Amino acid sequence: MLIKKSSDIPSSEITPRRLYLNRRNFLTAAAAAGAAAIAGSRLLNFAAPAPVRANAQIPGIQKSKFSTSEPITPFKDVSNYNNYYEFSTDKYEPAALAKDFKTRPWTLEITGLVKKKQKLDVDSILKFAPPEERIYRHRCVEGWSIVVPWIGFPLSVLINKVDPLPKARFVEFVSLYDPSRMPGQRVSVLQWPYVEGLRMDEAMHPLTLLCFGMYGEVLPNQDGAPLRVVVPWKYGFKSAKTIVKVNFTDKQPLNSWNVAAPNEYGFYSNVNPNVDHPRWSQATERRLGEFHKRPTLMFNGYADQVASLYSGMDLKKYF
Amino acid sequence: MTIRWAKIFVFFACLAPLARLAWKGFHGLLGANPIEVITHSTGDWTLILLLVTLSITPLRKLTGQLWLIRFRRMVGLFAFFYASLHFTTYIWLDKFFDVHAMLKDIAERRFITVGLTAFVLLIPLAATSTAGWIRRLGGRRWNLLHQLIYVSAICGVIHYWWLVKADIRKPLQYAAVLALLLAYRVFVWTAKSMKPSSHLPIAPQLQYTSRSRAETNLPE
Repeated sequence: MLIKKSSDIPSSEITPRRLYLNRRNFLTAAAAAGAAAIAGSRLLNFAAPAPVRANAQIPGIQKSKFSTSEPITPFKDVSNYNNYYEFSTDKYEPAALAKDFKTRPWTLEITGLVKKKQKLDVDSILKFAPPEERIYRHRCVEGWSIVVPWIGFPLSVLINKVDPLPKARFVEFVSLYDPSRMPGQRVSVLQWPYVEGLRMDEAMHPLTLLCFGMYGEVLPNQDGAPLRVVVPWKYGFKSAKTIVKVNFTDKQPLNSWNVAAPNEYGFYSNVNPNVDHPRWSQATERRLGEFHKRPTLMFNGYADQVASLYSGMDLKKYF
Repeated sequence: MTIRWAKIFVFFACLAPLARLAWKGFHGLLGANPIEVITHSTGDWTLILLLVTLSITPLRKLTGQLWLIRFRRMVGLFAFFYASLHFTTYIWLDKFFDVHAMLKDIAERRFITVGLTAFVLLIPLAATSTAGWIRRLGGRRWNLLHQLIYVSAICGVIHYWWLVKADIRKPLQYAAVLALLLAYRVFVWTAKSMKPSSHLPIAPQLQYTSRSRAETNLPE
């Protein structure tokens, strides 16, 4: 904003000496104004759920043996309660802020230790394999959980298509960086773009999903459309949203939350009731819609499938 | 008479956040995680009302509206009221009265430790908020005791600061307002120590009848 300077100060605007000298008045006025502003913003923040536009149905969805039979969390909760800092740090805001986010055209860049670096169009990727419904438990590091019928196919399908070199040991996922479309990125609460990573065997695991839908339809923008990763035995932040780049590397990638607070968020971040977050317990969780908390399960209940990936590792050290 | 109506108004205004929570809860409008909303909202209003309480004395000095002091006790008690609700959501809806888990939390989680400290410090202030207690303690000792509100407010803001994951903007707002309010006190105290003046550093509680004021012999 351009603030115009008046060439001459009228005598009426000159601060009387008595007021000018009274600095404590200024402190008080500033404090009172600040308190009033906070109170007002809290009262006005009514957090009305944004109307959710019905997305297109995905045809030909196949069932999966990996699905849980636990009750599914209502769609309106999964699509209105989102930790999606690219849009807002308030979980109720991404639904409205991502409403007009454009997910086409969209390309996924394949880089690093692969036979052929390439850029893939999202619609061609979706044809790599038939869509599967995977009803997974999803546990947030904050202590709440949901059960979501994701739609996608194993990430291993994509990885096999792009032929990584044998020395590739890790996969790095880079999310979109575009502050003009993602207002949360105008604030540096995290390092942007959001980066996540998996060890190669984790990425190739049949449970690890390349996801583009949920509840039978195209993924809502606030849940990470058009393309995200879902890793059900790790805390939610490991499941990167809106990915634009998959990079194969021989070094363990840095992940955004680890960079933000290395003592609180590790690279592995496997769901583990025995390893607490430094500031809160991870022994229990609140499943959305439930009143009582429930015990958190080792590897979020997927220990039978994934525990062998970590045999011999000290999970307190590699948290 | 006007003061009485204004007090009734302030009373209901302080209840508005709770009424809004209850209304939204009743109509299922508290979102996907209602308990989290209740926890955050009661915590927010505790801090807001603590800061309002701390604003009254400076505002009164600034504007010369001495009657403002008559609202300080009520707002302060409402801060304690919301703190109690906040504490209750923690021991009931988060810990389900699991004493072992609570003790572990208090010992290990510094944001819980500092938050509990903020709450516990408010208890003697709420308990001694009556004219009878001012009389029993004597104005000077009462004033000294009630300076605990500064410690409580600082602990409350730190509690919030240590709780957030990465976005410190909201705790920073509270911290900024609190810093200004404390800066005012420091300013007044330094000014006073350099040039001794007749009045007490903190305005004494004037919120009782003329009879009790005469009895307690507090300066206006």
